[in-house]
Amino acid sequence: MTALLVQTLNGLAAASSLFLVAVGLSLIFGVTRIVNFAHGSFYMLGVYIAYSVATYFGNAFGFWGGVLAAGVAVALLGVIVEVAILRRIYAAPELLQLIATFALVLIIKDAALYIWGPEDLLGPRAPGFTGAVEIFGRPFPTYDLLLIVLGVAMLFALTTFIKRTRFGLLLRAATEDREMTDALGVNQKLLFTAVFALGCFLAGFGGALQLPREPATLNMDLNIIADVFVVVVIGGLGSLYGAFVAAVIISLVKAYCIGLGNVAMFGVEFEFSKLTLVAEFIVMALVLVFKPNGLFGRPFSHPRASEVIETPIGKPSNVQYATLLVGLMLAASLPLVFDEYTSVLATDVLIFALFAASLGLIIGTAGLGSFGHAAYFGLGAYGAALAAKAGFGFAPSLVCGVALSLTASIVFGWFCVRLSGTYMAMLTLAFAQIVWSIVFQWDAVTGGSNGIVGVWPPELFSDRDNFYWLALALCGAGVLFCWWIVYTPLGYALRASRDSQVKAHAIGLSVMRLQWAAFALAGALGGVAGAIYAFSKGSISPDVSAIPRSVDALVMVLLGGINTLLGPVVGAAVFTWLQDTLARSTEYWRAVLGAIILLLVMVFPKGIVGSIQSLTASMKKRSAA
Amino acid sequence: MKTKSFLLAALIAAVGLPASAQSTIKIGEINSYKAQPAFLEPYKKGWELAQDEINAAGGVNGKKLETIFRDDNATPGDAVRVAEELVSREKVALVSGTFLSNVGLAVGDFAKQRKVLFIASEPLTDKLTWATGNDYTFRLRANTAMQTAMLVPEAAKLNKKRWGIVYPNYEYGQSAANWFKKYMTSQSTSGIEFVEQAAPLGKIDAGSVVQAMLDAKVDAVFNVTFGADLQKFVREGNTRGLFTNRPVVSLLSGEPEYLDTLKDETPAGWIVTGYPVMEINTPEHKAFRDAYQKKYNDYPRLGSVVGYATVKSIAAMLKKSGSTDVAKMQGAMKNLEVMSPFGKITWRAQDHQSTMGAYVGKLAKKDGKGVMVDWRYVDGKTVQPTDDEVKRLRASAK
Repeated sequence: MTALLVQTLNGLAAASSLFLVAVGLSLIFGVTRIVNFAHGSFYMLGVYIAYSVATYFGNAFGFWGGVLAAGVAVALLGVIVEVAILRRIYAAPELLQLIATFALVLIIKDAALYIWGPEDLLGPRAPGFTGAVEIFGRPFPTYDLLLIVLGVAMLFALTTFIKRTRFGLLLRAATEDREMTDALGVNQKLLFTAVFALGCFLAGFGGALQLPREPATLNMDLNIIADVFVVVVIGGLGSLYGAFVAAVIISLVKAYCIGLGNVAMFGVEFEFSKLTLVAEFIVMALVLVFKPNGLFGRPFSHPRASEVIETPIGKPSNVQYATLLVGLMLAASLPLVFDEYTSVLATDVLIFALFAASLGLIIGTAGLGSFGHAAYFGLGAYGAALAAKAGFGFAPSLVCGVALSLTASIVFGWFCVRLSGTYMAMLTLAFAQIVWSIVFQWDAVTGGSNGIVGVWPPELFSDRDNFYWLALALCGAGVLFCWWIVYTPLGYALRASRDSQVKAHAIGLSVMRLQWAAFALAGALGGVAGAIYAFSKGSISPDVSAIPRSVDALVMVLLGGINTLLGPVVGAAVFTWLQDTLARSTEYWRAVLGAIILLLVMVFPKGIVGSIQSLTASMKKRSAA
Repeated sequence: MKTKSFLLAALIAAVGLPASAQSTIKIGEINSYKAQPAFLEPYKKGWELAQDEINAAGGVNGKKLETIFRDDNATPGDAVRVAEELVSREKVALVSGTFLSNVGLAVGDFAKQRKVLFIASEPLTDKLTWATGNDYTFRLRANTAMQTAMLVPEAAKLNKKRWGIVYPNYEYGQSAANWFKKYMTSQSTSGIEFVEQAAPLGKIDAGSVVQAMLDAKVDAVFNVTFGADLQKFVREGNTRGLFTNRPVVSLLSGEPEYLDTLKDETPAGWIVTGYPVMEINTPEHKAFRDAYQKKYNDYPRLGSVVGYATVKSIAAMLKKSGSTDVAKMQGAMKNLEVMSPFGKITWRAQDHQSTMGAYVGKLAKKDGKGVMVDWRYVDGKTVQPTDDEVKRLRASAK
């Protein structure tokens, strides 16, 4: 029993930093609707800056001053980012800011590597809080006690600040209704910048407080960002108390899993500590299934700007058909002109084009959010690989992969379409992480973290050019199918449901079932991409269904243009080619890739294809006038 | 296909790729340079040191060595793609490298499929040379089973009954924990109990794990965590008194990559595998360390040794084979003897594993820094399973 109490204290201590970082993200999202991927990077910078200041002075002043300085420095950086980048793209489609922040993640990571070097940096213990006190007969770190107190104090301070000050009032008003606060004469620009700075301060401060507990490493950004998303979503977007309660729940669940250790249940030994890999995502999935807006969240009004109805995608003209035909012929003749490696790279492009196009079906045509599309890519890959290993032929294995991802997307989709907006996106992420952790841990079947090797296509297709043609046929058909869907009755109904749920409902469309169908279809198509991927590489491991894979797909779709047919394909080609070329020719290729993405986002706020389309449209208009 | 080759030539001319010179032998080196810089920056330095030494001495068979470095983005898919590029576009004689086990296995399988020689330098998974080993894949570093076997005699000597095992929750950690349990159980006559904690890689909740170990009343600890997890575990363990009167046996913790960051937090008395870089004064190590310090003004890390020994092995192999024909290189790799900074190593014919060993010793604090004391070199050939066992392990491999 006392062991349980001490584990509770452990959990509470771990919750403090998590709360601070999460509440920052939550405030930013509430006001600006930005899903800030770089929030984890700001947290990481907080730890590094605190380390530098603390070790430079080497005394108590340095340590505590460093903690504060880290918060302030990160807040200043946040101001720069908001003013220089994000402010310019608020008018762009929602989610576009997401890839801008993703680009920042890449840039900040390489910058940290450049400034602080590759080695982990273990900071000093906190002056005055270096030891432990006896609690229930067990030594407990005094610093952890301090963290618990600080966490509660910060919750109290933030609540008071937001309840009592004018800034807090404006912040609440903007969270409630952005356009109305604007109409009432509140300086939006200033407010957004201030909120972003506050959020960043909390991230940096929360990071700095971790200094005595963990070393500064270059992986901290992505390690924490998923947890932070989970906390924000479980608590309810924009809710202070929610973030606190959720951080505590997550941390306690993990602490108890560790505390339980090995337990024999029904004669089976179960290792509870292994659950820590995925505990937060299981909790999030459960919460969202029963509380679609998180524990303390309310359904919030979307900014009116997003209700601007998309320009409908018109029927393709004869010229466009002809262009498509020429494009396909050019694609087919690629191996005749270029060397083998071009075929290899182009195969990757084709696979990711289909993967991105299938995601485009969900987020473009159906207008739903998905941060976990890699689940279906991964299941397609694993289904195919396992079937091939079980002795099935090439074609049946591909079918097995697709069947597996279709099954999963039907089941997961049923839950996901019941939610909306960011909550739905987060539930897809939770399912993807659950899939990932099963694949990652089920050593006997999936090969665990090592994955499965020896998944090669039959002799005929082991030639790179032949495989390319095969991929072109399969992925090309898949992409064309994605496009065709848009013009089917299902496609029209989906677009109607996206543009106005209420009206679609009123004319008798079953919005939820339509979305479910789209989700399942997109999952299956993502599975096709994954299955082909497995055979193109010969081996797979859990990274096929991990978060970065989902993010890559999002970046491809948004980079290309979210509500265009060609967008995902162009995005996939540009992204894959850029990554391949940059990784080969520059040392700090991650930062360069990030900078180029950032540039593309600023130049093409509607995505590459989307922006070109609106440009040509406006030129036509002008020449007609 | 005349048009094809013509256009290709035009393309190459346009892009300005250097025409493949006849006077060099190209090596394609694939690694997670960006994802694992702490290990791989020193690795690359060690690599380039060895290559410069070889080329300054006239190269191999009258040809200079040239390495083309590629980043694999820490994923098997990207690794296979850059391997394709190295083989088909750069026409490298062989591929080498990889850090992560899943990436190593993927490139190993690629090598088998495309019939290319692959010298894996770092990935530790046993499967690379055993369960999924193949004719084209060779590996330098001592694998997980060997590393664990080095520590087992020391652990057995402690004569403790209830062991706590802390490991990162992925294949390396699981495999190390399993080997440890297997070896310890077979060594002991009285029953040994194990209490396990699997922590997500890079995200250990150290306070809770240490607490759970204390509550489980373990007599000794076997640690498999490394990097950031190790640092968190050590700090919490120190604060909460886990290591007082409780011996710890720990994998890899004596390697400079992990030990140097601990500084005054270094837990004295831990029995570890590692690399006491400043204390090894054999002629071959001293020469290596001096040359490295002269060139880079920094001391070598374990990564430097791995990079250096890989190049030296490749050069020795090329000298022996006298050709870059794959079959000849495969033959030359078998029973190849090379002088590494750790002394002479042999590339075993039966499982393509090199006998490069590691140092076993105790951690101690000296001037606020961690060092290894009472260390000895354990030759990799002494910690191998029997040849029959190896044959059985490789049975499924082709």
